[in-house]
Amino acid sequence: MSNTPDYEKIEKSACRRRTTGNIILYFLLTLWALVVLFPFYWMILTSVKSYGSYNAERIPAFFTLSPTLQNYADAFTTVSLGRYLANTLLFTLVTTAVMLAVITLAAFAFARLQFRGRDLVFTLFLSLMMIPNELVVITNFATVTNLGLRNTFTGLILPSVTSVFYIYLLRENFAQIPDELYYAAKVDGTSDLRYLRRVMIPICKPTLITIVILKVIECWNSYVWPRLITDDPDYFLVSNGIQEIRENGFGRENIPAMMAAVVVISLPLIVLFLIFRKKIMAGVARGGTKG
Amino acid sequence: MEKNNQKGWLYLIPAFLFLGAFMIYPLVDVFVYSFEEGYNSASQTFFGVGSYNYSYVLHDPYFLQAVKNTFLLVIITVPLSTGLALLISVGLSSIRPLRDLFQTIYFLPYVTNTLAVGLVFMILFKKTAYSDGLINLLINAFGGSSVDFIDGPYWAKMFVLCFYTIWVVMPFKILILTSALASVNQVYYNAARVDGTSRFRIFRRITVPMISPMIFYLVITGFIGAFKAYSDAVALFGTDLNAAEMNTIVGYVYDMLYGDSGGYPSYASSAAIILFAIVLTITCINLLVSRKHVHY
Amino acid sequence: MKITLQNLTKKFPARGKKERGEVVAVNDFNFEIPDGELVGLLGPSGCGKSTTLNLICGLLKPTAGKIFFGEDDVTGLPPENRGVGLVFQSYALYPHLTVEQNIRFPLENLKGPDKLSKEKMREKVYEAAKLVQIEGLMERRPGELSGGQQQRVAIARALVKMPRVLLLDEPLSNLDARLRLQTREEIRRIQKETGITTVFVTHDQDEAMSISDRIVVMKDGVVQQIGKPQEVYDNPVNLFVAKFLGTPPINVFEGSVKNGRLIIGGDAVLDTPQVPDCRVTAAVRPEGFLLQEDGPLQCNLSRLEVMGRDVSVVSAHPCCENAAIRSIISAENQVDLSSPTVRFALKPTKTFLFHQETGERIR
Repeated sequence: MSNTPDYEKIEKSACRRRTTGNIILYFLLTLWALVVLFPFYWMILTSVKSYGSYNAERIPAFFTLSPTLQNYADAFTTVSLGRYLANTLLFTLVTTAVMLAVITLAAFAFARLQFRGRDLVFTLFLSLMMIPNELVVITNFATVTNLGLRNTFTGLILPSVTSVFYIYLLRENFAQIPDELYYAAKVDGTSDLRYLRRVMIPICKPTLITIVILKVIECWNSYVWPRLITDDPDYFLVSNGIQEIRENGFGRENIPAMMAAVVVISLPLIVLFLIFRKKIMAGVARGGTKG
Repeated sequence: MEKNNQKGWLYLIPAFLFLGAFMIYPLVDVFVYSFEEGYNSASQTFFGVGSYNYSYVLHDPYFLQAVKNTFLLVIITVPLSTGLALLISVGLSSIRPLRDLFQTIYFLPYVTNTLAVGLVFMILFKKTAYSDGLINLLINAFGGSSVDFIDGPYWAKMFVLCFYTIWVVMPFKILILTSALASVNQVYYNAARVDGTSRFRIFRRITVPMISPMIFYLVITGFIGAFKAYSDAVALFGTDLNAAEMNTIVGYVYDMLYGDSGGYPSYASSAAIILFAIVLTITCINLLVSRKHVHY
Repeated sequence: MKITLQNLTKKFPARGKKERGEVVAVNDFNFEIPDGELVGLLGPSGCGKSTTLNLICGLLKPTAGKIFFGEDDVTGLPPENRGVGLVFQSYALYPHLTVEQNIRFPLENLKGPDKLSKEKMREKVYEAAKLVQIEGLMERRPGELSGGQQQRVAIARALVKMPRVLLLDEPLSNLDARLRLQTREEIRRIQKETGITTVFVTHDQDEAMSISDRIVVMKDGVVQQIGKPQEVYDNPVNLFVAKFLGTPPINVFEGSVKNGRLIIGGDAVLDTPQVPDCRVTAAVRPEGFLLQEDGPLQCNLSRLEVMGRDVSVVSAHPCCENAAIRSIISAENQVDLSSPTVRFALKPTKTFLFHQETGERIR
């Protein structure tokens, strides 16, 4: 180590290496950001181009000088986009609300109450997590058809109001609440249901929020089951709606109007996301890593 | 503690009702369906019991096409998306300014409707009578000739499908990996820096092993997810996937159940069970491999 | 390797977003560590000692000032080019690598002409392992080792490259009391055997006093005193240093000097010639008390604590800052427990006077 190296040189080259490394890093990160953002930009851009000017462009323009909102008007009048949105909103709200009630009760039973066979049942429960949706959807389709529930909200909602995974997630969280709280509440004469409502639910609010977030995203994007169970456009959700628009609406070629519909459909979740950014990302990370 | 027996069950009733009707019963029933030969959904009758449905499905060229497509999709997208997500996450974790902005942008595809954004990809890649589409313009600019990615050759369609699938699955992977990276104690990096470890070696010898449980988790869930691919394909190529040669196994199941070639729940059941068997096998192999390579 | 710190200063931006300010972690640190010495950086938590260590090893860049290793200015050099070995408080052993792989890790980073052959690496790894006596554990993972063993592995890893400087950050804080005594002897032995200039950080004055050639006492980023442990103990420059060193702690009294005599609570307890009249803080080491029937300092006797060779007399005095005065006297002395009071004379060399406001040493 005594044959002294040139310290100034080492120092300079280390500094240079770090700077070039950072420039490359930012460049690559920006590149991926562009890949992610570009489709969004393109859909908004196309949605404000007029039908005529869009079709006149052999080479698509990257901007437009005469933006128009006509396409948005078309999207709501020519096809029943408003109806699809309302359907999806209703579907999402009802499914999420019913599911919350069902899973909270079940998780409470598994975490707090003592009854014979509880642990065995819970183990069986967990094994259900392995069952893929694709396997059970066939019979569910037959069941709902036989019950005459096709093209109804009941038929749409029923199969998706329980989730073994969310029960598991919530139970784990419930189980972390110390027993002493429960005994203290019992001594004060609090009923189980009141204890659940006043103590457990407030404590586990972050987990419940996580579950709501995941479920809302899932509902808003659900496509397969609604497609199977509805063929009446009055009951279409946005995913089916957009597929319908693509195949039959706007005379097939009115792409600006189609893009306007896409923007309208994408907007609610994106706005929600931008508002609750931190919560949603934390929630998805939590839900994702526990599985 | 006294055992309040009935009460516990009371709380479980709603969950049990729904799960029993829409999960446990169908699970049994799907096996029954798959062995009932010549089932007629209108009269709800069948001729006999046997494995004919399986052999029909396995000889159906549409099914074989779907299997081929699905396997290609899995093999291409899972390693690519996981590797890319790993690189991006490591990059993200090593910067301070703008990190939040990048993270937010990268997460956007997670909160978008797959079907809706798929349409945007379609118009970007599609070649129509009016225009070659934006991507083809880029290809032309680099001296290539236009390809119709949506109605054109098989490889082009597969490329778009893989590209879109990766675009859709990246947010989740980046999010999981960045949070895994954030949980690695900074002291290990300091130790490595004092020892003069190069960036690449830190990545290979420290970062990757430290978060290897999460990487394997993503690979396993990635495999399962990619095997169930369907709506991405619908978004790009429309509902008639068989005609586009772009069907997936799940797509085949739904088409058999209800769709243009529909009304055959027995065939659908057989196909679904075959899919389940494939996924189960691959997952088991994955777990075995991961046990060998993941520490802790 | 001699280490020179010249006007070393490190400022951090303040945490809170609203208040714009800076936290000065290390302020104008000047010190020359002679070659081959073991130096202890000592101070309460948050005094800037760990920051100083990180500045020396290069994980942090100083705001101002320079660092020299020998004659080389290494201030701007990244850590890998400085030739330092660092042992972290939590050891930072890679959990997925075995002990052997952990120790070998720094060697594998060497490139170009310094690159080592497999055999050479093996040899060096075993040499380092032997030095810290862990040859038998080479195939284990860190998770399977006790705290003391992990500590040794961490030291071996820091030493394997034969660094010019060895830095230890709170090396003993994660060990239990018995292991702590053992390990500090061990560190001393290893340092003596290798002759590497070593700097270690601790908040435990006992630890620093017992093994260091030299200690640096710090407070709020400012160096208070540098010297051999005994010198610093015998001649603290200010009240903080006097209070910080020594167990049991030093006894502090409110008092004043009048006509060359120290007055505590109205009694003249000690002759202090050449000290001008003023109010002072007097501090007396526990061993600075002499039991005397007609001693000038009268205290209320509480109890005795017998420690074999010595006896600790616990008493109280209204002018004393400490709740209890602890004085250590030889066990041969007879203390009359039935008496409510006890009288002491003070040893002049064990009694320090400090300025009441600034805390600077007067005598």
